[in-house]
Parts: sequence; C-alpha cells; structure tokens
Amino acid sequence: MEQRRPLWATPLQFVFACISYAVGLGNVWRFPYLCQMYGGGSFLVPYVVMLVVEGMPLLYLELAVGQRMRQGSIGAWRTVSPYLSGVGVASVVVSFFLSMYYNVINAWAFWYLFHSFQDPLPWSVCPLNGNRTGYVEECEKASSTQYFWYRKTLNISPSIQESGAVQWEPALCLILAWLVVYLCILRGTESTGKVVYFTALLPYCVLIIYLVRGLTLHGATNGLAYMFTPKVEQLVNPKAWINAATQIFFSLGLGFGSLIAFASYNEPSNNCQKHAIIVSIINSSTSIFASIVTFSIYGFKATFNYESCLNKVILLLTNSFDLEDGFLTASNLEQVKDYLASAHPSKYSKVFPQIRNCSLESELETAVQGTGLAFIVYTEAIKNMEVSQLWSVLYFFMLLLLGIGSMLGNTAAILTPLTDSKVISSYLPKEAISGLVCLTNCAIGLLFTMEAGSYWFDIFNDYAATLSLLLIVLVETVAVCYLYGLSRFESELKAMTGRALNWYWKAMWGGVSPLLIVSLFIFYLSDYIITGTLRYQAWDAAQGQLVTKDYPPHALAVIGLLVASSTMCIPLVALGTFITRRLRRGGTAPVA
Amino acid sequence: MLWLLFFLVTAIRADLCQPDAENAFKVRLSIRTALGDKAYAWDTNEEYLFKAMVAFSMRKVPNRETTEIFHVLLCNVTQRVSFWFVVTNPSRNHTLPAVEVQSAIRMNRNRINNAFFLNDQTLEFVRIPSTLAPPPDPTVPIWIIIFGVIFCIVLVATMLLILSGIQQHRRKNKGPSEMEDTEDKCENVITIENGIPCDALDMKGGHINDTFVTEDERLTPL
Repeated sequence: MEQRRPLWATPLQFVFACISYAVGLGNVWRFPYLCQMYGGGSFLVPYVVMLVVEGMPLLYLELAVGQRMRQGSIGAWRTVSPYLSGVGVASVVVSFFLSMYYNVINAWAFWYLFHSFQDPLPWSVCPLNGNRTGYVEECEKASSTQYFWYRKTLNISPSIQESGAVQWEPALCLILAWLVVYLCILRGTESTGKVVYFTALLPYCVLIIYLVRGLTLHGATNGLAYMFTPKVEQLVNPKAWINAATQIFFSLGLGFGSLIAFASYNEPSNNCQKHAIIVSIINSSTSIFASIVTFSIYGFKATFNYESCLNKVILLLTNSFDLEDGFLTASNLEQVKDYLASAHPSKYSKVFPQIRNCSLESELETAVQGTGLAFIVYTEAIKNMEVSQLWSVLYFFMLLLLGIGSMLGNTAAILTPLTDSKVISSYLPKEAISGLVCLTNCAIGLLFTMEAGSYWFDIFNDYAATLSLLLIVLVETVAVCYLYGLSRFESELKAMTGRALNWYWKAMWGGVSPLLIVSLFIFYLSDYIITGTLRYQAWDAAQGQLVTKDYPPHALAVIGLLVASSTMCIPLVALGTFITRRLRRGGTAPVA
Repeated sequence: MLWLLFFLVTAIRADLCQPDAENAFKVRLSIRTALGDKAYAWDTNEEYLFKAMVAFSMRKVPNRETTEIFHVLLCNVTQRVSFWFVVTNPSRNHTLPAVEVQSAIRMNRNRINNAFFLNDQTLEFVRIPSTLAPPPDPTVPIWIIIFGVIFCIVLVATMLLILSGIQQHRRKNKGPSEMEDTEDKCENVITIENGIPCDALDMKGGHINDTFVTEDERLTPL
C-alpha cells in the first residue's frame, strides 16, 4: 500500500503559501530604496517590464516543474535528467544557507517586539551616563535609535576580526524564532497550510492600518511627492534596469526550490498558470503598496527632523541675541538672520559657524535599505508618533509574519527533498527530520548572535544566494527547454492540466529569460571583478557612525566557499552520476 | 545723609550683580514656548516669586537658613526673558560661592520649575546642569516576562502537536498490523477447491496442466 503524497487542502492554501513565501522583508525594505535611488515613479517602468518578461515566465516554469514531477527539487531535476540532480542539491544548499541567516532577522524582530511594551520606548531616549548629568557619549554622537540597534541589540564589535562572545539575549530570541518555525512546519502541509492563512493575510491588515496612519501624519505628503516625482533621466541608466531585474528575480524567491516544493503538493490538474500570474502580480503590488507606506513615514521623519533643526537654529539665535521668546519663527527666520547680520555683524559672525543649514531635501535624500531601514529609520519615525507602543507592536508583528512566512518556504525547500528520499524517511518520521534541521540551523545561527555576528550576517546576505541563484535558474530554464524538450514538457502540461501552453511562455522560456539571466550574471561577475577588494560597513563607537573597512582574508575565503559550495554542486553531481553510470555499465558488460 | 547711604547700598548691590560677575548665574525663561496661549507676562511680581524660590532653596542648605528674599539680587532683565542673579550673604558685602548656590538650585529644581509651570528646558540655568531623571528600571526587565510567556506557549503547543503525532503514528501502526494479521491467517489456511489443494493449482512455477491438451497436437499437419 503506497503512502499518498500529502496535498494542500484547497488550492487557496497553495496560493497563500506562495504569496506568504514571496512577499517577504525584501518588499518592505529593498523596493522603496530602489525606487528612491533610481528615479521614483519612473522606476516602475523597468520594474513592470521585468515582471512581465522575467518574473512571470520563470515563476510559471518552477511551479509547472514542481506540479508535474510531484517531488522536491532534487527528485524533480533527477527526473528531468539524471545528470541534473546537482541543480536540486545546489538549491537545497542555498536554501540551507538562507535559512541559517534569515531567521536571525526574526530573532531581532522578536527582540524589538518584546521591548515595545515599555513606556517610554527604550530606543526613544538615550541612557544616562555615570553621574546623571548627560547622556552616554556614544548615544549623543549617534542617535538613540542607532544606539539601541548597534549597542543594545547587536552589541556590535568594531570590526569583523573581533568576534566577541555569544550574546545571550539575541540567542534566546533566536531559539524562540526556530521554535516557532518548527511549530509551523511540524506536520508538513497539514500545519503549514493553516499557518499561511495568517502569514499571508495579516501583514496586509497591518499595512493598511499603517497606510491610513502614515497618510495622516504631518509631512507625509513631502515624502510621497519626493518619491513619485519621476526622474525620467534614470530610465536610460542601465543600473536601473539591472536592479529592477534583480529585484524581481530575488523577490519572487526563484531557484531556492521552495516553489517546486510547494507545487509538488498540488493536485496534478491544478491551474498553475493562473496561480503564477496571480502570485507575481500580488508580490509586485505589495512592493508598491509597501513603498507608499514607507515614503509617507519617510516624509514624516524628514519633516520632523527638518523642523527640529529649524527650532535649534531659532533657539540658538534667540539665546545669542536675547530676542523675545516666540518672536523668531520658521517664516521670518531668513529676514531676521539678514537683519541681525547687518545690525550686529561681529556677534553674528561668532554665532554663524554653529548655524546649520536645514534642508528638507537633504533629510529626504538619506536613502536606507535593509536592516537599517527596518530597525533604525522606522523606529525613529515610530517614536515620534502618538501611542508609539501600539504602532511599534503592530510594525514588528508584521515584520515577524513576513519573515516567518518566508522561513516556511525556505524550510520546505530543505525538508521536501529529505522526506521524499526513501532512505531517510524510512529511518526517521517527518517530525524528527524537521526537528533535526531546525536544531542544526539554530546551532549554526548562534554564530550570528556574537558581537561580530552582524558582519557575518551581511556576508551571507550579500553573497550566499546572489550568484548561485542566477546560475541555478539559468540551468533550470535551459534544462527544461533543451534537455527535457520544450515540446515534451508542453504536451505533458497539456495532459496534466488540460490547457495548451501559450506561445508567450514558450518564447520567454526558450529565448528571452535565459538571455536576461546571462546578462545579469555577466554584470555581477564583472562588478565583483572591477571593484577588486570587497568592503563592508563597520560601526565605530567612538565616532558614532559607520566606517568602511576591507574584509580580512578569512572572510574573503568564507565568501568564496559560500559561492563555490552551491555552484559547484551542479557540475560535481553531474560528473559523479556520469562516473557511477560508467562504472555500472563497465561492471555489467561481461554479463551481456 | 540717608539718601547717600541708599545710593551707596544700591551701588554696592549693583556691583555685586553684573553679567559675568563672580558667582552670578544667568537664567533664561521660554514662557511662550512652554505655555503658548496661556503664557503669562514677566513682571516684577514674577521676579519677586523667583527671588523667593531662590531664597527658599538657599534656606535648605545647612548654615544658610537665614537667607532672606532681599539677599537675592536680579539684574539685566531682557525681553528674552533672561536675567542674572546672585545671592549675597547676610551682611550683603559679598556673594555666596557659586558651588553652594549651584547645589541648592539642583536640589530644588523641581519645585522651582513647578512654581513657574516650566521644565528643565524652558527654565534654563546656564552653567547649572540639571540632574536627568533616569528611566524606570524594574527589577525584572519587562521583555523577559513577555519572552517567557510566549516561549512557554509555543513550547506547550509544540509538545501537544508532537504527542498527538506520536499517538496517530501508533494508531496507524496498530491498524495496518491488524490487517496484516488477517492476511497472514488467510495464507495459512489452505483453501480446498474441488478437493484439490489451491497450492497445486499455483501457476507460479509455470506448470502445464496435463488435462488440457493443445489444439496443435490433435490436428495433423498438412
């Protein structure tokens, strides 16, 4: 009696699982940054073009492969061609690296969430120094939110060489994060299918609440106007197009094997074409929606900082010239400054060096991405809102949902091939395999909670997945189209779903998408080679800001190892299969 | 004669209270910033209250319990509102040391602020740093409490799921093994069909049934 493959209870669970996996932290903290850097409203043009030309076809391809082969990534690619199971192995390795470092973000989100239940919020005030006359020096030089992130959360060391000890507070949060992930994947699709209802839908609720709150904030329109004013000259900048392609590629989570794993639990007759289009459109719309929220918050923060700066200048002038309190306002500031410069030139020239030029533009132009945006810029805006505890709790709860939703996909990519393999699943039940995977990842993830852990996190974030994924997806597309045969795949899809394959998908799979990926690959390689040494941003506690440093040799070795260990799987496994087949053929020759 | 003495006294007093004089402190008030529409005007009555508050603070210092309001001198009041003040000794020939005045003001800063509806930023004593209030520090950090609660909930839920999974597994193992037992029993019972044991009729070995003759042998070849 063969054990039936577990299936999603409804197709809706599958769609929600894909949405919950694809809509992740990158939509919130990477897309708004790209939008700001590459021309605001005009960035949407390359973004939509890349979505239609690259995102949808590749997503459909992965879902179709998973649904047809009904196995995890290793088994699926072995079915396509025995020499290609290396592609599946590479996917599993990359997913393993990703899940190692990605859950640390959830740990940080938990940390901030638990600290949101205090009044005042711990990142809104600087701690006092020894004799209680002022604030801690590091906090004075930086800001209270930066201090809380770099000192209280990470306890960051000045450079990557000084590892320091494991910080027990983030370590506890990491253990909790892995426990939550284990709870969600414990029963396979049975438990995952129910969890994804929450992880897919609740973030939208929070985003809508934040949209309403954000748009009603003072100064939000400044940020929105800044973002959406198109800078059309950026359209001819090749970097805009490359970054749009990269963002679409990584935002959908292609190449990790998670999409194949999810689709393998589908009914064979499922209409995955419709689902692919739906998921990719929802993913991109969420990015745009999240950037509206982010920019209204940016506008609020920039306006708040601009007005504080003006108030400081006003206070300085009022105190130096003993003007009447309340006489100087933002509107008459320039006139009064001119008057004072002419009436009391000597005194004015003494005060002049301290007068800062306050500019709303320069406040808006501080573009931040990644953990800096989520944990420093957003918290700075939140601490200035009324009832800041509520907004803080909502925000970090949303970050957690997005992060855990993506983790479900990552762990599915690792677990599905393991549970498919008859060798392993005969010895251990599903729960034990999941438990072992979570335990291993948690133990290795403790390395990211050390004092230098944030630097290692940046290494993994920047290098573990980028090049390898491009190669994996390229090999996938070429394999399906030319090794397996596009016509063969097309007829199988038609037999499975009952619908013919549109010419558009065939054109994209066969020609356009592989060409795009090759050009992205060439661009990244040349970028790495041209820049020479790789650098990173280190936090300097004495100055209270980030400084750029070079990576030491052992860090460069780790980077090389990361990229090599996943990309080398493809040729090595192919070679291994070739050799074993040759040996088997050589061994059976005398019998024949 | 009396007028001469009066002029002498005011002259001495004027000398004692000067901007940047020894032991003098500058004070700045930002009443409009703090109170907006409810701002009060700064007049001599408010100055009197200020002198009273400073005298009150000095009276709290040991050895200075006899400080009176007229020992506190104010001068150079600007429209900012800012002014300088000194505290003189009982004989009014020199000013009290700055350190004493500073510590007295620091001890009673809160009372002085409240008398004027202001705070440390809007009632500023230049060169007297205010003692900042430390944030409340509970014995057990709040975040650990919340962490503990959520950790326990997740742990209990995980244990429940694992246990129910083990129970289901055991039930499934008992189920098919019961079915296997009945199948074994079937095989152990030798079925008899028409007096011939079924085993003999087993075609696994590919035995030819002798009772059945092929057609070819009957017909003679042409």
